[in-house]
Amino acid sequence: MTAIDPTAHLTAEQIEELGRELDAIRDEVIADRGEKDAAYIRRVISAQRKLELVSRGVLLFSIFPPAWLIGTAGLSVAKIMDNMEIGHNILHGQWDWMRDPKIHSTTWEWDHVSPSDQWKHSHNELHHTYTNVIGKDNDLGYGIMRVDEDQKWHPFHLGQPLWNFLNACFFEYGIAAYDLELGKNLHKRRRKNPEFRARARAVGRKIRKQVLKDYVIHPLLSGPSFLTTLAATFTANLVRNLWTHSVIMCGHFPEGVQVFERRSIRGETRGQWYLRQMMGSANISGSKAMHFMTGNLSHQIEHHLFPDLPSNRYAEVAVKVRALFEKYELEYVTGPLPKQVFSAWHKVFRLSLPNKRPKTGTPDREQNLIAA
Amino acid sequence: MVTTPLLPSDYLDLVSPLRAGADLRGRIEAVHPETDDAATVVIRPGRGWRGHTAGQYVRIGVDVDGVRLWRAYSVTSPTSRRDGRVTITVKAIPDGKVSNHLVRRAKPGTLIQLDQPTGDFVLPQAKPAKVLYLTAGSGITPVMGMLRDTEFDDVVMVHSAPQPQDVIFRKELHSLVADKKLRLTEVHTDTDGMLDIARLDELVPDWAQRETWACGPAGLLDAAEDHWTAHGVRARLHTERFRPGIVVAGEGGEVTFSTTGKTVAADGATPLLDIGEEAGVLMPSGCRMGICFGCVTPLKAGAVRDLRTGEITEAEPGVLIQTCVSAAAGPCDIER
Repeated sequence: MTAIDPTAHLTAEQIEELGRELDAIRDEVIADRGEKDAAYIRRVISAQRKLELVSRGVLLFSIFPPAWLIGTAGLSVAKIMDNMEIGHNILHGQWDWMRDPKIHSTTWEWDHVSPSDQWKHSHNELHHTYTNVIGKDNDLGYGIMRVDEDQKWHPFHLGQPLWNFLNACFFEYGIAAYDLELGKNLHKRRRKNPEFRARARAVGRKIRKQVLKDYVIHPLLSGPSFLTTLAATFTANLVRNLWTHSVIMCGHFPEGVQVFERRSIRGETRGQWYLRQMMGSANISGSKAMHFMTGNLSHQIEHHLFPDLPSNRYAEVAVKVRALFEKYELEYVTGPLPKQVFSAWHKVFRLSLPNKRPKTGTPDREQNLIAA
Repeated sequence: MVTTPLLPSDYLDLVSPLRAGADLRGRIEAVHPETDDAATVVIRPGRGWRGHTAGQYVRIGVDVDGVRLWRAYSVTSPTSRRDGRVTITVKAIPDGKVSNHLVRRAKPGTLIQLDQPTGDFVLPQAKPAKVLYLTAGSGITPVMGMLRDTEFDDVVMVHSAPQPQDVIFRKELHSLVADKKLRLTEVHTDTDGMLDIARLDELVPDWAQRETWACGPAGLLDAAEDHWTAHGVRARLHTERFRPGIVVAGEGGEVTFSTTGKTVAADGATPLLDIGEEAGVLMPSGCRMGICFGCVTPLKAGAVRDLRTGEITEAEPGVLIQTCVSAAAGPCDIER
């Protein structure tokens, strides 16, 4: 959000050298990727399935408060594991190299209302390619919020703290709507587009299955515990939504993260693309357990640089990436979860009001890129 | 409905991967060395295993360094084996990822993926009076499956290997000889040189009257096919090849894997299967020599060349190609 381009001190040659150094980090991991990594993801998947089975088993007796508490906690964790460390990362193709058809980005489906193929398009192709480019990356405020001074203010944004809170509670539906580009497609003319209708039907089917499982079948199986199990699965989905929303907000919204003009990415080189990912993402610092529960998206910077490297490798990659930030005198945005969540929310509140003095883009970087 | 988006089998697989109804898998129960570079792998197949016919091979998917690789190996256990296990015998070939893994590093307890056994290099229903097995190197493996399975009154075997200690199953072969169940000629190619097919007249004077099963390197099989044809007894010769035949290369092109959304440049000599695997595309695969059809994939657009014959196949609705023996012949689009 600073008007000064934090990469202005780098020459074109330095940016390309940075790109080569990052390529080398990636190559090193790929050359070393093997049996241990495969065993890791299989272990995580197996643990997640067992945890989910046991939790749902315990919830059959959710009429007893301790069972409700344990079952709900377990199911919440299982759903978070499914979406984050497992689903998100498999759908990125991080495990495709194993050639296991059961753990592959083209076959995986997750415990989420957005069908995986639609999510892959909006997330992998749009967000990861056009990260933080205003007008191109819909993740930037999800189309309902203003998260940078450079985005135009509209009275609608006055309500954005509320929109953001609602989105957090029902995040998986928010994502499904977002993957459908509902905002754009609900206009009269587009609504009848057969391609959109087919995708909307696919989402409908997925929602029906998810709702039936969580809110009908499992409560019914619980017999006398019907209502308490219903409350438990609702709570687990809510916990999962709030958690994933918080983690994902920390990836690109905290103070210090840069956004880019549409024009600035024209003719972008590999080195410049890397640099944009470095400046457009933020990490979360914390314990191993915290990294695991965020699906290693706490290493958002590393994930954006190398979206298809296995997630269990981001921690070791982070050490090398951070050294490069220091070498090239760039700001590595990171902080503990509460601080980053607060920072992101602070921005949501602050930018719900119009800027005092509208900023004129990020001219420094643009000139820098044109010079490059 | 209860387990969506997963299937109940995804959970059952955690506890019972070999159960009836599961994807066919097997568990390695033991690995016995046969020679310095060959070993027999004892496999307990899942409940869905339908059993094999002597001489057939099985495709197995093994995780080597975390990557699932599929290869085909001959079944060497007899069909009458009672304990429900089957064996394959593997010779480690230089740079062979799967063969070296199985011979040197595979551990009992490991799960592998299996296909049903297949192949038409098998014994006939009616017992022939006289049999000749003409084998070399690991070509002995399907024949060992036959030898262990069915006894004939008059069986001759001519087997080539570099040195005596390279002969797989040597002890067992010699005990069959001692029991007068087999007449065996070992050709040690390091000292004797390659077997000249014309020497058969001297080694097995009545070879032309024998129903013959031959398995070994392409050189031996080509010579045998010519020899049997020249003597007008080609119908009595059954062969099994472990490698594809002639390689015809052409110009390559851009290959698009439309389901995965990847496009890569391919030369005209590399099989599309290898191209796809390198690009991280989920390619089905099997024998990698053009016989098992485990790799067939729809060709959506463009043209491919059969590396064995040079024949060009162009895309049409419903056209399937064998990616293991097809290379790009110009730009093409593969549905993977």
